[in-house]
Formats: sequence, C-alpha cells, structure tokens
Amino acid sequence: MSDRQQIQISIDRPWNWKDFFFQWEWMLVAILLLVIIGNSMISPWFLTWNTFIRTPATFLDKAFIVFPMMFVIILGKIDISVGSTVALSAVIMAVSYNLGLPMPLAMLLCLLVGTLGGAFNGFLLVRFKELSFVIVTLSSMIIYRGIAYIILGNQASGGLPQWYSFLGWGEIAGIPFILICFVLAATAFGILLHRTTFGRAVFGMGHNPRTCRHSGVNTDRVIWVVFTLNGLMAAVTALFLTSRMGSTRPNVAMGYELEVIAMVALGGVSTNGGIGRIGGPVLAVFIVGFLSYGMGLANLQAPIVLVVIGALLILSVLAHRIRFVGKKKRNTAA
Amino acid sequence: MGTTKKSIIMILVLIMAFAPLALFAGGRSEAADAERHAFIFKNTGNPYGEKQMEGFAEGIREQGFEEILRAPDQPTAEAQIQIIEQLMAQRVKSISITGNDFDALQPALTRAMDQGITVLSADSAVNPASRQVHVNQADSEMIGRTLIQAAYDMADGAGEIAILSATSQASNQNLWIEWMQKELAENPSKYADLELVRIAYGDDLRDKSVSETEGLLQSFPDLKVIIAPTTVGIAAAGRVITDRGLIGEVHVTGLGLPSEMAEYIENGACPYMFLWNPIDVGYLTAYAATALMNGDITGAAGDTFSAGRLGNFEVVPAGDGGTEILLGAPFKFEPSNIDEWKDVY
Repeated sequence: MSDRQQIQISIDRPWNWKDFFFQWEWMLVAILLLVIIGNSMISPWFLTWNTFIRTPATFLDKAFIVFPMMFVIILGKIDISVGSTVALSAVIMAVSYNLGLPMPLAMLLCLLVGTLGGAFNGFLLVRFKELSFVIVTLSSMIIYRGIAYIILGNQASGGLPQWYSFLGWGEIAGIPFILICFVLAATAFGILLHRTTFGRAVFGMGHNPRTCRHSGVNTDRVIWVVFTLNGLMAAVTALFLTSRMGSTRPNVAMGYELEVIAMVALGGVSTNGGIGRIGGPVLAVFIVGFLSYGMGLANLQAPIVLVVIGALLILSVLAHRIRFVGKKKRNTAA
Repeated sequence: MGTTKKSIIMILVLIMAFAPLALFAGGRSEAADAERHAFIFKNTGNPYGEKQMEGFAEGIREQGFEEILRAPDQPTAEAQIQIIEQLMAQRVKSISITGNDFDALQPALTRAMDQGITVLSADSAVNPASRQVHVNQADSEMIGRTLIQAAYDMADGAGEIAILSATSQASNQNLWIEWMQKELAENPSKYADLELVRIAYGDDLRDKSVSETEGLLQSFPDLKVIIAPTTVGIAAAGRVITDRGLIGEVHVTGLGLPSEMAEYIENGACPYMFLWNPIDVGYLTAYAATALMNGDITGAAGDTFSAGRLGNFEVVPAGDGGTEILLGAPFKFEPSNIDEWKDVY
C-alpha cells in the first residue's frame, strides 16, 4: 500500500456518500459552526449580517498567502519568508510613490518585488539542491526585512492617494472588495491545484519527487513556479494591508508566515506533503478569523485568544490524524 | 473509521444541543442600551498601561457607566484596527486609544466617528483627523527638554548619551525625542561636549529592550547616560546596568513607574527620573470621553469641563495641529521620595 496507490483510489473511486461525508472539510464546517454558535453565546453582537459580510475584511489580508503556501506545503516544503516579503514590497511601493512614481505603477512595482522575492527563493532551491528550504527561506526572511529597514529605517511611509483605500475598505454592492478578491483567488488556485497537470505534478512531487522526475515532470520548474506564486501573493497581501492601514513601515506583517502556515495546517494540508484540498484552508481562514473576532467582541484579552487558537490548531491536527489513520485502513480493505 | 463516525456524530449532537441557545443569545438586546466606553492600550503586559486602564475604569464607573479595556498582544496598528472594528460592532459610546501609529489608525477611527462613536486619543496621540481631542500627560516640550537637562546633569556636562525608546512609530515618544533633539540643537554651547550617539528602539518589549540596552553598551563603551522615555525601557536599562555592575559609570534616567524603578533608584543605577500619574491620565480620559459624548465639549480649544476629583480642565491647541488636554507637569522621583510613591503606582 503505497501513498501513490492511495491517491489513485481517492481520485478514481466512483462517488459514494461515505467518501463524501468522511472528509476533513466537513469537520472544519462543524468547527466553524461551533465557533459561530459559541461566539453568539458569548456576545450578543455576533449574529448579524455585518459580521458575516463585513468582518472578513478585517482578517482576509493575510489569507491571500494561504493558497500558494498550501502548494508549498503539499510539496512537503515550507516558506517562512512571506511576512518579510509583504513588508519589503509594501515599503518599496510606498516609498516609490512618495518619490513621485504614479500609484498604479507603484502597485505594479509592489507585485514585481514580491514576485522577484519568491522567484529568488525558488532559484536558490533549484540551483543549490543541497540547501534546505528552511535555511533558504529563513535567510530570505532576514534579508528581505533587512532591506525594508535599510530603505525606510525606523519610519512610516504614508500619504497614499485616497482612491487606494478602496482596496482594503471599499465595497461593491455591500460586499467588501477584499472578500470578492478572496473568492476569485480561491477559485483560481482551486482550479490550478485540482484541475490542471501542474496541480497533479505538485501532489505527485509531495508524495514522491523522484518518481515524478522519472516520469517526465519538470520538478525544478514546479518548485520555481510555486515559490514565485508565494512571493506574488505576499505582494497582493501587501497591497491590501497597506490600503487598510493607509501607511506602511518595515515592521508590518511580523509573524504573518506563522499565522498563514497555521491556517494551512488547520485546513488539513499535511506538512509531510502530498495531501490537501483547497476547501480546507479556505474554511480554516474563516474559522481562525471568526474565532478571534468573536472573542474580541466578547472583550476577552489578547493572550486568551492566542491560547484558544493554539489549542484549536493542535486538537484539530490530532483529530485529523486519527481520521486519516481510519481512512487508510478502509482503503487497504478496499 | 469508528472514531471518525463517532466524533462527527458527537459534533452534530452538540450543534443541535447548542442551536436553540444560539437563537436565544441572538435575541439579547438590553446590553445594547448600556452605555459602554472603551479604552485601547498599545499592547498587553505593560504595567504603565494597566495603571492607565485602571484609572479609566475608575472614572467611567464613577459616572455610572460600564468600561471595556482592551489591548492587543503585539504593539501594532494592525492589531488595534481589529479591536476598533470589534468595538464598533458592539456600538460602544466612545473609544479612547493610546495609538501604536500616528497615521495608520485614521481609516478605522474615522469610520468609528462616522458611526457616531466619540473618539479620542490618550497618552500617545493619533493624528488630528482621527480624533476629537487628545489627552496628554504633560507638555511634550517640557518632558523632552527636562530629560536632556537631566542627562547633562548626570554626565557632568560631557560625554556620550543614548536614547532607548519604545517602538519607532510611538507618537508620544517620537515627540519627546524631537524636543530632546531641539533642546540639544538650540543650545549648542551648553551641550557642546554632550553627544547623542544613538536612538534605539526596544518596542516596549522587555527582552528587546534588554538586548537593545546591551547593544548600546557594546557599541559605545564610553556611554554616560541612557535616557529611556518609556517605562518598559527604563526598567530594562536599570536591570542591565545593575547586572553588569555599571552603577555609577552609566546612568539611567527617563520616564518610569516608581514601583518598578524603586530598586534602581535606591541602588543608584537611576539617580532620578520623571513621571506623571498614569492612573490620573486614564481617569482624565474617562471624563473627557463622557464630556465629548454628552456635548459638554466639542474638542475645540477653549472648551472647559470638570473631571471628577482632578478638578477643571481646558482644551488647548496641540503642537500637531489638533487640540489636547494636559494633565500637568511631570513629577521628579529621587531617592528622598521614592519610598512613599513605590507602593502607589
């Protein structure tokens, strides 16, 4: 019973209700419902239209990195440089605007910086295979934040045009713009992961990179593209975050990489690689977001919120493992 | 597989059990009518902030209202924006905030004001467009100039001095540092031999403040005085100077809590330091918030109001173009008086 056979089973087996209902995503749906119910019990302000439509704007900025990070983790790797990439691209955007670059170009520059940052990680990993991905992204994490500090020092850079605040605060037909973008990004990354050969190659490499290489997959290219996407989406986060704050500084997005990785793990993506579905992390984003928002509405102090989220993460990963072991047995029997 | 089925069934049962409760909870509405006033500090784990919140709670309760005290786990504007959103959803009457960033809170705070919530800053200001008034401890100019004069006195007029601040975006600290630099620049002959060698940022975190102090000592072996205009920083600096056996060689001064600094004032690491009463800052903020909400004042210069046990106050123009309410002059803590204050705050 190899891992490879197991994906085949999950891909090729005809639809049946057991497979459908025994998915981790349903567990996440249940947790999300529990969070919503728990929140409405501790705060009378929670169960409102506003909470479900407007609140996501307060926590979705970092959620854009969740998608490419999911690819990275399915590959069996990790990228801890994204928080610094956010800071670097945000700082370069704000500074170049203040030096006279028109805002649309500054935004493009922001995306370009993030993309290059991610591509540089990919380049190092592909070119120097003996380097561990942890060391490579740890180094770029330090370097990117360092460059941001060199550019701006201990300052903030703001004064961005009024229309730019639409990104983080604007609404179209009552729905926050950032929520619409999040749904679009989720759809695009979902298709990329589950409906393309590229997505299949990512899963395959997570299971067994060598087999993949021998069966003609350009594994170097896959790594390169995935890390580049991670950088690009970090820059997208930088656009939204800067818009919400109206200014930026070299120490923004500190610790975002860990929050993002936590959401991906909660979403049922195995850190051993090869396993994960797009719906999981999407649900996880809302679980963590609503959980901290709801506890905030009840005016619980910040450290309590941190402990609860940490506990949720470890419990759910444990629960996931129990379920996964169960599923393996069933597959063997089949 | 058995476990999965069981756990899923368990969760479904739980959901069904809680669902009626949730509907019940949704119907609670009397809490909406209670007048609640919120205070947001920079971050948790800051004794100065806790005293300030204590004073705010006292002032709000005295007037028969309910207080909400909040602080994020990290001293960032991002985290404070999330708290502002949560308070808006609860329809609090007023938000008083000790800002982590001068400008970055503007989008969130203007939204709160549009919703009819009274918004003011306390201790560390947000920009004039994001507030109705600022409650300031003491005249920033006086604090900045006094601290440089203290350093001059401790260094005997010559040598290297350094500043250990909070975060680089903390607007109150930045304003004081600006006045320190002005004091130096405007009196070139007096301070000719006094050199400000570095401004370090300990982010109001204990570990970072300690390592920044050690960094200062390492980079500048001849350092004479460390000015820490933040309670976390000054305590960290006092600790490091004491542990390294540098008492008498490097002096610490700045703004500190008497309860935390008593040890270092008594052992000589800190000859003297300054502070106002943070409890009073919170208390004054509470009365300013309700006065604004009731329409007793609008936040325009010249408005006057009464703040409980502290007496009457007047709104005055602030250096940043907005208006502010000043608590009073800073108080000097030295070996002769530290004993009576160290148990107070």
